[in-house]
Amino acid sequence: MMSWERNAALDVVLSSVVPVCLFLGGVMLTAQLCLAAPSKQEPVPSILDPRSTPADAIHHLSLLVFGITILVFLVVFTLLIYVIVRFRDRDADSRCEPAQVYGSTQIELAWTVIPILIVVVLFLATARVIHAIQDVPKPAEALEVIAIGHQFWWEFQYPGYGFVTANELHIPVSYPTSSRPTFLKLLSADTDHSFWVPQLAGKTDLIPNRENEMWMDPHHTGIFLGQCAQFCGTQHAKMLLHVSVDSPEEFEVWIREQMQSANQSSEEAKGKRVFETTACVNCHTVAGTGAAGRFGPDLTHLMSRRTIAAGAANNTAESLKLWIQNPDAIKPGSLMPAMKLSDRDLDDLVRYLGTLR
Amino acid sequence: MSSDAMAIRGAAAVYRPWVETLHEWLTTVDHKRLGILYILYALLFLFIGGIEAMIMRIQLLRAHNDFISPQVFNRMFTMHGTTMIFFVAMPILFGFANYLVPLMIGAPDMAFPRLNAFSFWLTAFGGFLLYFSFVGGSGLYGAGNAPDVGWWAYAPLTSRAFSPGHSSDYWTISLLVSGFGSVATAINLFATIVCMRCPGMKLSRMPLFAWLTMVMSGMVLLAITPLSAAQIMLLIDRYLGGHFFDTQAGGSATIWMHFFWIFGHPEVYILIIPCFAFISEIVPVFSRKPIFGYPVMVGATICIGFVSVSVWAHHMFTIGMNSYANSFFVLTTMAVGVPTGIKIFNWIGTMWGGKLQFRTPMLFSIGFLFQFLIAGLTGFMLGTAPLDWQLGGSYFVVAHFHYVIVGGILFALFGAFYYWFPKITGRMLSEGLGKLHFWLFLIGFHLTFDFMHIPGFLGMPRRIYTYEPGRGWEIWNLISTVGAFVQAIAILVFVFNLVISYFWGKEAGNDPWDGWTLEWSTSSPPPSYNFLKIPSVASRRPLWDLKHPEDPDCNYE
Repeated sequence: MMSWERNAALDVVLSSVVPVCLFLGGVMLTAQLCLAAPSKQEPVPSILDPRSTPADAIHHLSLLVFGITILVFLVVFTLLIYVIVRFRDRDADSRCEPAQVYGSTQIELAWTVIPILIVVVLFLATARVIHAIQDVPKPAEALEVIAIGHQFWWEFQYPGYGFVTANELHIPVSYPTSSRPTFLKLLSADTDHSFWVPQLAGKTDLIPNRENEMWMDPHHTGIFLGQCAQFCGTQHAKMLLHVSVDSPEEFEVWIREQMQSANQSSEEAKGKRVFETTACVNCHTVAGTGAAGRFGPDLTHLMSRRTIAAGAANNTAESLKLWIQNPDAIKPGSLMPAMKLSDRDLDDLVRYLGTLR
Repeated sequence: MSSDAMAIRGAAAVYRPWVETLHEWLTTVDHKRLGILYILYALLFLFIGGIEAMIMRIQLLRAHNDFISPQVFNRMFTMHGTTMIFFVAMPILFGFANYLVPLMIGAPDMAFPRLNAFSFWLTAFGGFLLYFSFVGGSGLYGAGNAPDVGWWAYAPLTSRAFSPGHSSDYWTISLLVSGFGSVATAINLFATIVCMRCPGMKLSRMPLFAWLTMVMSGMVLLAITPLSAAQIMLLIDRYLGGHFFDTQAGGSATIWMHFFWIFGHPEVYILIIPCFAFISEIVPVFSRKPIFGYPVMVGATICIGFVSVSVWAHHMFTIGMNSYANSFFVLTTMAVGVPTGIKIFNWIGTMWGGKLQFRTPMLFSIGFLFQFLIAGLTGFMLGTAPLDWQLGGSYFVVAHFHYVIVGGILFALFGAFYYWFPKITGRMLSEGLGKLHFWLFLIGFHLTFDFMHIPGFLGMPRRIYTYEPGRGWEIWNLISTVGAFVQAIAILVFVFNLVISYFWGKEAGNDPWDGWTLEWSTSSPPPSYNFLKIPSVASRRPLWDLKHPEDPDCNYE
């Protein structure tokens, strides 16, 4: 009987120590992985590797919060382990009961007041960060972009420059010396979506009939990944986000390209005819041509994008063909219809799309 | 009377036709039988909801897996969430409350026995209606047409434009129906606790279980009603041309969010408070000490009840509320941590200086304490609005609330099963299988949900049927899936234990744990009238007073 009880105590201690070690070990391992992650072209979208002021502020706050919660955890955890080891029933045969204690006002007061103090400190720190992120006035030099969520892709309008693009957002880097933050106005054309690029800022939802705002000022150039973070329908999973933070010069070049109308040369007239005489034009725009649909992504400069279908496939001739013939093969449930073109028309059309640089 | 006739009558008493037994169970108004029906019903749905979880975990095993289609995956997580909250957690907790409250307060039955039966059958009907959607949603073809809008069914995904057919109606109507059942049960429990206590049992002498159930009932009344109202509004939108949530006609998507979370957050406490109640009964008995700080425990629970109805919008930090609203909900969310912390400290205070006996119910209770502590702390992180802007809607949240619901609620429930099974059936659950169940489930739980926090940090949103490779998410998803299988095996051990112990378990006797509350003073299982003579009590631990007449509790309260 006694040995049974002792083993049980050991069980309990192990049962709490092992998982907690696993947990802490896992967290530390991840932290290390994230910090050690070299800044490749496509870094892991980790919130522990912030590259912009709002993400930085959140990261700093998170260190304080993690610190305090880990401290609280260690105190309570130690207390529990101590109680389990110290007060296990060593003498199971004895029927005598331990001293019956009903409570203590002083102790109750202590463990009420201390948590209240912790809450006050954390609340003040949090309120400061909320204010610092949410109540920033928009500076005159800021870039304004309107992001509109669609099932299941992103539309980006640059009102200052008068063009529209899709899925891959380009914004300028914002150095402390020459700051140029980006302010996003967030709208939705259908259901709820959420804009989340963890390294640049926290997420904000895009809600129909509502105008939200968020901002970011990335300090590093490069490509930052994210995706829709609010369930928006069948293909929520493949509504990926791709933010390219360009140097000021690169950004100017990109802007100039995007502001132009589509390539008007007649090199692929057959493909252009296919495009303009099928249902493509009902949903897609190619600036400077008759195609002015608004339901799908703007294709004026399709070839300037690395991916198609909101990041679901790379932008190659093969995936374009597959996407046009059978979108479900890449993104089941997407709203793009299968176009059922003849092989020749399809080749012509993809060659035409290849000219939309 | 001839001996033949007596033999026949005797045989009839022993071998009753099964139809008669079935009829008795279907028409019963006995709180104990209804409690058992609730529990069995919830176990059935636990099994179904668990299978849905396994299907999702297999799909997420590796990047770009194609085990199921996105349409099926979306139905799976919608049905899994809805099932586990409304048709597992709530009915199983109502089941235990139904069974135990009258026994603990020395009453012969609930205040309204027939209302009690009505509530159970409403809830049961709701669950079966929800699952009928698999064949009835839009006709029997393909994979069926179960709801696929997520368990919180955000507008405007539920409007007819985005949710044609009837799948969303199945979700709405089944929850509306079972919601009526929940409200009626809450009224019943509240009335029972207020009016049916035995002589001598003042409010201040009620077992904590009764106190906490009373607070939970009050919260059900506050929380379910806004949900039902919103569901009626949604039905008006869908069928009578209303535009409450129809954004294309000027309706508001955020109003639905407010309605849903005014229900949704108190709901979490509706589920966890009965588990606090289990722990508050189990920990003292296996520590051989009374609960530490009884009045403070009651006060803290009432405080949680009040504060928890003012925290709902912490589920909505990302919808673009202004900085003052965000700060307010940060404050209330953090404040609710204080009474919760007090409770954890009081359980430790109860164990301090005791003689801890690590039987299976106590093992599960200690598992609960550790995991609930971690769940509370990750909840604290999420309550910090700026962190929520990053972690909200990610796998970190999924890990957090499974820590609450599996690590907290389910562990406490397993503790309750091992603790009260002897009272309900008259037989002990096997300790050996119980230990095996505990260990397997503990390992599986931590494998799945500890590592699930990590992809949240790395930017993995919830509710995605597949994910891109190369973002550092693969290994953690693989570990989570392995852990899910370990948990499934543990559940099978538990079911096996229930079945063999029911038929061949050790006889329990009236009071196998040397307990102190009134349910241990009657036979196991209790007779239909509960007590031969309605007991009268003089303290919070009437059986302690009986067992220790030289030093009764009533001298100290």
